[in-house]
Amino acid sequence: MAQFRIAEQTTWIRRLKQKTQHGDSVFRLLTLAFAGVVIGLVVMIGLVIWNGSAEARQYVGFDFLFVDAWNPVQGREEFGALAAVYGTLMTSLIALVLAGPIGVFVGVFLAELCPLQLRTPLSFLVELLAAIPSVIYGLWGALVLGPFLLDTINKPLAERFGSSLQFLADPKPKNLLVAGIILGIMILPTIASITRDVLTVVPNHQREAMLALGATRWETIWKSVLPYSKAGIIGGVMLGLGRALGETLAATMVIGNRMAISSPVKPAQTAASLIANQLPNANSDLHGSALILVALVLFGITLLLNAIARLLVWRVSRGPAGAIH
Amino acid sequence: MAMTEASVSAQPEAAKTGSQLEIKNLNAYYGPKLAVRDVTMTIHPNEITALIGPSGCGKSTLLRCLNRMHEAILGARAEGTVLLDGEDIYAQDIDATLVRRRVGMVFQLPTPLRTRSVYENIAIGLRLGGIKNKRTLDEIVERSLRQAALWDEVKDKLQQSGLALSGGQQQRLCIARAIAIEPDVLLMDEPCSALDPVATFRIEELMIELKKQFTIVIVTHNMQQAARVSDRTGVFMVERHDEKSVGELVEYAPTGQIFTTPQDHRTEEYITGRVG
Amino acid sequence: MKTLNMARYRRRKLVDRIMRSMTVVATLLALIPLFLILGYIVIQGASAISWHFLSTDYKVPELSLDGSASDVGGIRYAIIGTLLIAGTATLIALPIGLLAGIYLSEYGKGRFASFVRFATDVLSGSPSIIAGVVVYIVLVKTTKEKYAFYGSVALALLMIPIIVRTTEEILKLVPQTVREAAVALGVPQWKAILTVVLPAATGGILTGIMLAFARAAGETAPLIVTVFVSNSVEYNVFGSMGSLPMYIYRTLDELTSPEQYKVLWGAAFVLTALVLVVNILVRVATRRRV
Repeated sequence: MAQFRIAEQTTWIRRLKQKTQHGDSVFRLLTLAFAGVVIGLVVMIGLVIWNGSAEARQYVGFDFLFVDAWNPVQGREEFGALAAVYGTLMTSLIALVLAGPIGVFVGVFLAELCPLQLRTPLSFLVELLAAIPSVIYGLWGALVLGPFLLDTINKPLAERFGSSLQFLADPKPKNLLVAGIILGIMILPTIASITRDVLTVVPNHQREAMLALGATRWETIWKSVLPYSKAGIIGGVMLGLGRALGETLAATMVIGNRMAISSPVKPAQTAASLIANQLPNANSDLHGSALILVALVLFGITLLLNAIARLLVWRVSRGPAGAIH
Repeated sequence: MAMTEASVSAQPEAAKTGSQLEIKNLNAYYGPKLAVRDVTMTIHPNEITALIGPSGCGKSTLLRCLNRMHEAILGARAEGTVLLDGEDIYAQDIDATLVRRRVGMVFQLPTPLRTRSVYENIAIGLRLGGIKNKRTLDEIVERSLRQAALWDEVKDKLQQSGLALSGGQQQRLCIARAIAIEPDVLLMDEPCSALDPVATFRIEELMIELKKQFTIVIVTHNMQQAARVSDRTGVFMVERHDEKSVGELVEYAPTGQIFTTPQDHRTEEYITGRVG
Repeated sequence: MKTLNMARYRRRKLVDRIMRSMTVVATLLALIPLFLILGYIVIQGASAISWHFLSTDYKVPELSLDGSASDVGGIRYAIIGTLLIAGTATLIALPIGLLAGIYLSEYGKGRFASFVRFATDVLSGSPSIIAGVVVYIVLVKTTKEKYAFYGSVALALLMIPIIVRTTEEILKLVPQTVREAAVALGVPQWKAILTVVLPAATGGILTGIMLAFARAAGETAPLIVTVFVSNSVEYNVFGSMGSLPMYIYRTLDELTSPEQYKVLWGAAFVLTALVLVVNILVRVATRRRV
């Protein structure tokens, strides 16, 4: 009797175990499937853009990056996007030159020098900068910053030097420079917060070792902390660059949208703003396909930047091999 | 004598001796919390002074007060007087970076700068002091490594990362780094606690060698180590004051006396293993 | 032999002081645009806010005889449109993001998981216009329609990585002992996750969803290529629809009268307030909890 009971109990437990294991594997598979969806989405984005740009790739090939001729009129199509490439690189360069050093310094201040009570509120304010929608940046750039720069800097400069220095002449309120500055403001929080994060994982003994040698605070940061986290900071800057390259709306609203390789004070075009401007009313399938080809290049570049940047940031937060923690 | 960088380099090398540290009524805080209460003791030149006691008794905190590393922790501060050869390192116009060049420090974990080579780990402190000449740097690096009994082991690895060395070698590298800038006092915060017995033995030998030139203060949780190497021993205990536990110096005497005829019952209980 | 001297020490001190002040200056410099932008929006926009502004829809401006434009209407349709488009996007992104996040935190250890994490990074790092382009190719071109729903699909692509990331991070904060305690009581793992782990992290996951919602509500680029704009209140997501960002984007190009200028800043005020209030609430909520 007793034995029978034990047998009954064990089968009951076994059955329960089987049942729950079954449930476990079902649930696991379910979450796994949805995790797979995320990978699938990325693959799909790549494939869709690749296929969508097939027509244009046959028509112009990848030369289109190096030719300055853009004519979507049917029958006379030319798709050389060099102007957009130029605009994208220039605005991103301006953004990086502005936001790179400032962002790293902000990160250093937040992680190393800021009084403890101020750290959280200041970090929060910097991150708020990232929360403001890009359309608001565009609006502010177009209505406030652009006219302001035009009146206070660009026009006086043009009047004084415009005749001798061609690139300063005849400034417009919507131009490359304003776009670069707006992008700089937008990517600053990315660079600042990643710098702050990689600095906070630097082990404290790396600071104390320098301090104990009689180094000043800055020498400690410059000679020990920053070299330690160099890769991660570069990663953060690259993520910022990726954001600048791909930012669409703010750039579209302040850059003036002219397909031309122009001086920094004149209207220009970025790859993303070209797509936003022309794809909604593309003249033909070929025109649409050419714009999708621009998107493909943009996606490829940001993918690459992201891959390298994540690798760098990830390596730093793990620390160099063989280290004593 | 004003404490300037000039006075740091005053003594010619051959006559290099350690300095005396007089600690008077020193209190150390972490934020509002008092961690070490009212310590008064004199560290004698060219001796090894050991600070022992149970964990949390404030011995490491006191050590860090001796070169003002304590205040590098956010919110930490110290009050009182520490006279380095008669000069108060806590005086208003004294800068902590200058103090730290005269009072060097070796930490519990070996802390080679991870992004630097063996050579650079030592040269970096010299460069801070303005030594740029490659020959001079080479000389001092070699001399420091020899003093730290590490030269023969690393002379072929000078350009490798400090992390390529074993734990004991890393710690001796840190000692070489600390003595390269020729401080007057060397503070060691449980320098052997992360090392195996063989490496520990080598460091102890090294300390006895180094005390000819430096005054050494070592914090250790290992009473045998204190007995083996030190000339004097200070015993710290956790005491209750105003409902809070605070570290205090309960006895300070020549090491032999501490371990044979302690005057304080708390010391006796501690070294016979009844507390801590 | 040692060449230490006072001059060098003073120079080092000076460099130290200068560089430390530079970091302070940089931080102030970084915050200037924030205050300038918010300041402009509040000063220019707050005066536009009225019940009339929030409760009426777009009106074609009529020029009166004295040259000043009449009432240009309000932005009710755009507010409703924004909430509907972003809300629909949340519904699409939520199951994918949540379950993928659960996978990463509860099972995600191997190579597959790191692929998933990388894919998440790629999604969050790729330009928002890309999401628009993909939806344009797959849905707009094939159906020859630009529904609000298509915009939601594009926005969902941008929301998924945010939800995955926060879900994973928040779930990892739930102590391992909680899981073990549940499993030790004989509860199967999947039930433990659903009934113990998830509820313990509800607040955090909710904040992640709200952040993603705020991001979607402010995002415009994908909508440009996927949604036809309507100037009246629409509730059918399979149709055209207006939204705040699109309203701002389009009106900027057609600025004619001071009234429109005022309304434009008013719309910017409403949109920024919506996005920032969510962000601040989330911050306050998570700080209290952790």
